[in-house]
Amino acid sequence: MTRQEHLSYFIRLHRTGLTVTLLCALIVLYPFVQDNPYTLGLSNLVAIHVIVVLGLNLFIGYAGQISLGHAAFFGLGAYGSAIGTVTYELSPWPTLFGVAVLVALLALIIGVPTLRLSGHYLAMATLGFNLVVYTVLQQWDEVTGGVSGFYGIPSLAIGSFAFDDEVRFHYLVWGMALLSLLLCLNLVRSGVGRGLAALAGDETAAAALGVNTQISKVKVFVLSAVLASVAGSLYAHCYNYISPASFDIFVSTDLVIMVVIGGMGSIWGSLFGATLITLLPEWVDVFESYKDFVHGGILVLVLMFLPQGFVTGLVDLVKTRQALRRSRHAAS
Amino acid sequence: MLHLDALSKQFGGLPALSDVTFRVPQGQITALIGPNGAGKSTLINCITGVLTPTRGSISLGLQEISTQPSHAISRLGVARTFQNLKLFERLSVLDNVLAGLNNEAGSSLIMALLRLPYLRHRERQLKLRALEALDRFGLADKADWPAGVMAYGDKKRLELARATVSQPQLILLDEPVAGLNATETLAVEQQLRRLRQEGQTLLLVEHDMELVMGLADQVVVLDSGCVIAWGTPDEVQRNPRVLEAYLGSVEATA
Repeated sequence: MTRQEHLSYFIRLHRTGLTVTLLCALIVLYPFVQDNPYTLGLSNLVAIHVIVVLGLNLFIGYAGQISLGHAAFFGLGAYGSAIGTVTYELSPWPTLFGVAVLVALLALIIGVPTLRLSGHYLAMATLGFNLVVYTVLQQWDEVTGGVSGFYGIPSLAIGSFAFDDEVRFHYLVWGMALLSLLLCLNLVRSGVGRGLAALAGDETAAAALGVNTQISKVKVFVLSAVLASVAGSLYAHCYNYISPASFDIFVSTDLVIMVVIGGMGSIWGSLFGATLITLLPEWVDVFESYKDFVHGGILVLVLMFLPQGFVTGLVDLVKTRQALRRSRHAAS
Repeated sequence: MLHLDALSKQFGGLPALSDVTFRVPQGQITALIGPNGAGKSTLINCITGVLTPTRGSISLGLQEISTQPSHAISRLGVARTFQNLKLFERLSVLDNVLAGLNNEAGSSLIMALLRLPYLRHRERQLKLRALEALDRFGLADKADWPAGVMAYGDKKRLELARATVSQPQLILLDEPVAGLNATETLAVEQQLRRLRQEGQTLLLVEHDMELVMGLADQVVVLDSGCVIAWGTPDEVQRNPRVLEAYLGSVEATA
């Protein structure tokens, strides 16, 4: 039996490896197939969302918490990079990492008191945080450019190679998204990831197994804030222009919708959710004007029929089917 | 091993436990019995840090644990099962047992993100131990099932596997045979005997008198938050206060 378990373990390992390889190939080849800058720009936006949603999914799906304020961390990353590189003329890469560290500290300061809350209270606290950040971005004209936004953010570059067109940016953001994906996959397959899943399952039971529930929540919160911040910096450098409207609470709820639809606690689900919700308004014109209705409708349908989210729900279904079929085999 | 001294717990002035004093000796099975509402669950929750006692002390070896949080107590080597199953239903059976080895899996987020080779090596070792535990409880063939799909009896055994896999200093078993049929109960009883043989210390909360009297080395009887008897199963069974508070009524209905 043990050997068989080992075999299945190895197959499972390879399955992840194969999917990652396939994704790599897709990312490398995509610009050769698709050279329309608009479409590439869209797929770049998907990649940026994927980075945020991966972190948020760890927080919502794995640690079982809720945040309605992640657009704030996204925005702080974007504005941090913008102000750092334009106002203070710092070089982009160190700024990106520096801003991520500052956002991590901020998330720590916010996380320690708020993560003692749960459910609705946590949702309200994070929502409030987002409103504060949004208002500051909008009102502090001298620093942020106010409602009219922040112009002239330079592109990222490695040496003299500037990521200044869609194709180059494609490789940058998808490379970063892939890196985040790999890190998250590592995390969920580790003891720490199991601890988080335990936390989402049952806090008392997790604590009884030695999981420091409070510290675990704060750690994941900080990690997700860092990913959001990095994504925000990439966003600023990609579009060279940012405005507060891209970081309001509706963006936060959209991010949560991406997590929920993709699948709570599923890394691959994050990829799916971010892709679907980012592209949906583009595919059908009707969705553009009625975006919020459509998002709401999809959310309701998914929660009714696959409450764990799309990918997670389907995977759970398949696993249950397999288990039941095998037990029937064993019985007969 | 575990030593409770004048332990009291009040909920808003209402006493749930008053001056509870007893010892759980190493390598033995101590059973905690008492009618519903006697305070057994409160006691377990105090020992495991879910509740903080109002007064008194709980020491594990030489260490005072009454003020420690749950996770710290777990790290000192106290494992438990739950009366109404607290499995991680969406995780696989194997992952549930692996969660029982949480204290050895490493808790550094950054190390986990980078999945360094030593961590991979450790994961493999933990996996082997978890599979051994599953094998022991007859669940090895269901290792990759989602835990939630399993039958009730299997879930009970899975909780046992999760609590025992780390070979903790002390295991608290909250009604391990509740809801099981006679065959399953017998299987659990044999497992508990085997654990004792291996030197494992157990504190057993159970309603099944036959199991308790046949298995326990010593029995502590709790009634309305007070210890009314403490001794060998024979002594306890002859104790008039116990008969009055508990056993009498059980025999009458049985």
